[in-house]
Order: sequence, then C-alpha cells, then structure tokens
Amino acid sequence: MSKVPEKLKGDPETTGHSWDGIEEFNNPLPRWWLWTFYITIVWAILYTIAYPAWPMISRATPGILGWSTRADIAEEIAAAEEANAAINTKLASVELASIAEDAGLSTYGVSAGAAVFRTWCAQCHGSGAAGAVGYPNLLDDDWLWGGDIEAIHATIAHGIRNEEDADARYSEMPAFGRDELLEPAQIDEVVNFVMSLSGEPADASRVEAGAVVFEENCAACHMEDGTGDREQGAPNLTDAIWLYGGDYDSLVETVTQSRFGVMPSWTTRLSEAEIRAVATYVHQLGGGE
Amino acid sequence: MNSKDKTPMPASATGAGARPKRLSFLDRHKIIETNATLLLILSFLVVTIGGIVQIAPLFWLENTIEEVEGMRPYSPLELTGREIYVREGCYVCHSQMIRPMRDEVERYGHYSLAAESMYDHPFQWGSKRTGPDLARVGGRYSDDWHLDHLRDPQSVVPESVMPKYAFLERKLIEPTYIEDLIRTQRFVGVPYTDEMIESAAADFTAQADPDSDYDAMLERYPGAQVRNFDGQPGISEADALIAYLQMLGTLVDFSTFTPDASR
Repeated sequence: MSKVPEKLKGDPETTGHSWDGIEEFNNPLPRWWLWTFYITIVWAILYTIAYPAWPMISRATPGILGWSTRADIAEEIAAAEEANAAINTKLASVELASIAEDAGLSTYGVSAGAAVFRTWCAQCHGSGAAGAVGYPNLLDDDWLWGGDIEAIHATIAHGIRNEEDADARYSEMPAFGRDELLEPAQIDEVVNFVMSLSGEPADASRVEAGAVVFEENCAACHMEDGTGDREQGAPNLTDAIWLYGGDYDSLVETVTQSRFGVMPSWTTRLSEAEIRAVATYVHQLGGGE
Repeated sequence: MNSKDKTPMPASATGAGARPKRLSFLDRHKIIETNATLLLILSFLVVTIGGIVQIAPLFWLENTIEEVEGMRPYSPLELTGREIYVREGCYVCHSQMIRPMRDEVERYGHYSLAAESMYDHPFQWGSKRTGPDLARVGGRYSDDWHLDHLRDPQSVVPESVMPKYAFLERKLIEPTYIEDLIRTQRFVGVPYTDEMIESAAADFTAQADPDSDYDAMLERYPGAQVRNFDGQPGISEADALIAYLQMLGTLVDFSTFTPDASR
C-alpha cells in the first residue's frame, strides 16, 4: 500500500489529474520563461513588419526597413571600391616600371596582388607560386615570356594560347613524333643532345648526331646554343629548369607530343588595377627583372 | 483519493467529467491532449497551413525566379557529366551556390541566381564546402588542369584532400541511355524538345569531337563548348565531366545582367 501524501497548508491547487493517486500541482510557469515566450511572439510580429516576410500576390511584403541582400552586397562592394578608388586609379594609370619606385603604391600592389594571386592564380601556380609540373614556377628567374614588369603584365592581361584573347601569347612547338617530322631514332638523339646542354648525363654516342637534328629542327626557336627565345616563348634548354620534367622519358614525350599549356586572359575577369597589382606581386617574388 | 487495488481510473484523469476548477479557454487544450485522433487531425492541419504558407507562394510569386537570358538545358554530354558529378558525390564537398556576400562574390564571381539552377534535377547547391564552390568554375581553368587535377589533385594543389579520379579518363562511354536520361529530365520539367531527344546521341558525340559537324548541336545548345576535353581518343567519363565543369556558370552574361535590387 502506498502512502497518500498529506496535503499541506499553502500547497497550490492540483491540476485535477490523478493517476493511481499521483497528483500534479498546478504551479504557474516560471516568470522569466513566460516573459521570454511573450517577447519572442512580439519579436516575430515586429520582424515580419520590418523585414520581407508575408507572400502576397506578386511578391512578398518588402518590410518597412527596405532590407535586401542584393542591395546590401552592392553597397558593401561599392564601399570597398570607393575606399580604394584613388589608389587603384593611380595604380592603373602610372607607368608600370614606376610602380616599384613608389613605396606606397608598390606596398599596396603587393598586398592587393597577393590576394588576387591566392584567389585566381594559386590553383595552377601553387599558393606559394612555386608552380607544378606543367605550370611554371614564378619564384625562379627563368621566364618563358620575359620577367620584367611589362612582360609579366602582358602575360597576365592576355594569357597564353587561349582562344578568348586575340593578343594572347602564342607559341606552338610541333609534335615532332606524332606528326612524323622526326624518326624515333632522331628523337632519341636530339633528346640526348638536349640533356647534354644542361649537363645532365647523356649518351655521348648520340649527342653529336643529336646536335645536327637540333640545328635543323629546333634552333630556329630555341636558338643554336639552346638558350631559347623569349620573343617566341621558346624555353631556355641549358639552365636545367624544366616545366615538364628534364629526364629522358619526359623529354621524349615533349618532343614526340609537344606541350600546349594554356593560361586564360584576365582582362575579362579582373580590373586593370588588379592585373597590375598581381603583376607587381609576381615581379617582386624573386625572379623579377 | 484512495489507491485501493482495482480502483477504476477516476473520471478526472481522462479529462472528461467534472473538474475542480473553472474551465477557462486555456484549459481547453486538455480536450486535445486527451483525444489522440483529434490531436492528430489538428497537428496535420497546422503542418498543412505551415506548408502552404511556405511552399505555395513559390509557385506564383514572380520574384521567385527572375527571367535571365542565356539559360538553356544541359547538352547531352554536359548532362552525362552532371550524372557523373552526382554519382561520384562531388556535391558532398563542393557547393554550387555563391551566396550574396562580398567575400564570396570577390572570390567566386557574381552571386548565384535561382534561374541558374532551374534545369538542375536535383539541384547541386550542396551544404558544405570542403573544396571550393564550383558554381562558376567554367572557363576558370584549362582542360589540361582539370585532367591533371582529376588524375592527381595533389599534383596541382598540394594542400588538397580530394581523392584521385584517374579512372574517369580510362572509362569510355557510349550514349546508350542518353535519350532515356533526357526523356526523364523532360518528365520532371526541363524543356527538351523532341528534336533534342532524337538527336541526343549524335549531339553527345559531336560535342567531344572538334572535327565533327557540330553546328546543329550548337544551334540546339547555344554556348556549348566543342572540344576533345581530355585530349585522348574516344569519349571518356572525364570528357563528359570536364565538359560539364567547363560550362558551369558560363551561360548568363553578367555584363548585360541587371539584378533586381528588391530581392
């Protein structure tokens, strides 16, 4: 037999429920809780008046604050542009070579350019600009198309071998093997010669024959001494810096199939000030001329 | 009250019968709480009203989807690439939704418009970014980069945690089911025409072959890019996926688009 609790004086009313003799006090809700609850109701009503909320016939009620994500972001971007407008105009209009001489401008260019680089360039050239196989390293002083600020600027603005910009830098090495311009034996010889140019161990018996093949087929762009020609984007073959690898197999692949790295034109995506900023950034990375 | 054995439940416990207190309006909830069927019916009513208020207006509000020039259904090859994207679960790590915030717009480009996913079934907005947003990845990288990146993501982005998808370029595909796929898309509301369905297989092949006669395909799918995307003979899954990636976010010309600021 369970004990029926005695009702004490001062106990609140019960709810009237009774389950096997267990009853429930009808206590009021805690004040703080009840008021918080009422405030949330008032808040919800005020919110629907202030902000876009109720769907009507053609659109939702706009709310008396006139808030809009799109207006907000347009304003925010405009404010950021406004804040940098003066220095961006200056950056976009001065002589490229003089940016480095102006401490304020070059500091701005380098930090703005670093942000542009991380957003748009890092995926190929690496977040530290060290590049990857097929994507040039921008830290060294080996340049395919020139390493002064004007050349870097032109490369970024127009890109390389893309179809969207008529001024894009363009060079196309023939696929000597695929298009049967050279016999496999000749490719073997010329690859050995190219390896000897940068002092890599090469098959001495083929180097001499390779030199002849090189002079007849390659020297027009890569120059007779193999130092390349920036006007044509022909890489220097004597410096042991390789975009696609300098081992025998990679070189055979390069000569056989040719390589065709592309870079987009950035004039359509970035402003002139942004292009100049990132050119300034790349120029000061270490290899700038 | 006494708790003698076998005492029937007191009438007050069921909510029926006399009550010790006055019956104010707020006390009436007991009627609902003690009648399961009534509770069920009323809950259903509340959920229905909530649903109608939230969902129904989307069907008539003019500003839900603004009209945007340039949007078209996916070409057969792009659609196949999209199926591969879904199959491989790319959406688990990559979103396709640039939110209207300054940092996102400066990184990824113009914020996404509802109209840009209107032919997506299912949409690929995603909910988590382990990798970057892909809503405007089209044209941002070269095909070679995509191929390098699918083969071995760490070869181009050393800090990436993306797995390798090298098998895609080795798996050759045929447009066997492309007609069925497009029919299904039409069934769920994408405006593919009969002509598009009939020529689906031909268009599929034409887009991956720059030597083909692709003018009719381009007429049906304006702005489609025709290339051998993976640079290798045959149409592989990598071809389809890269074709899809390279068109993402490229259809709307934002130099002529003026956003309606009231959204």
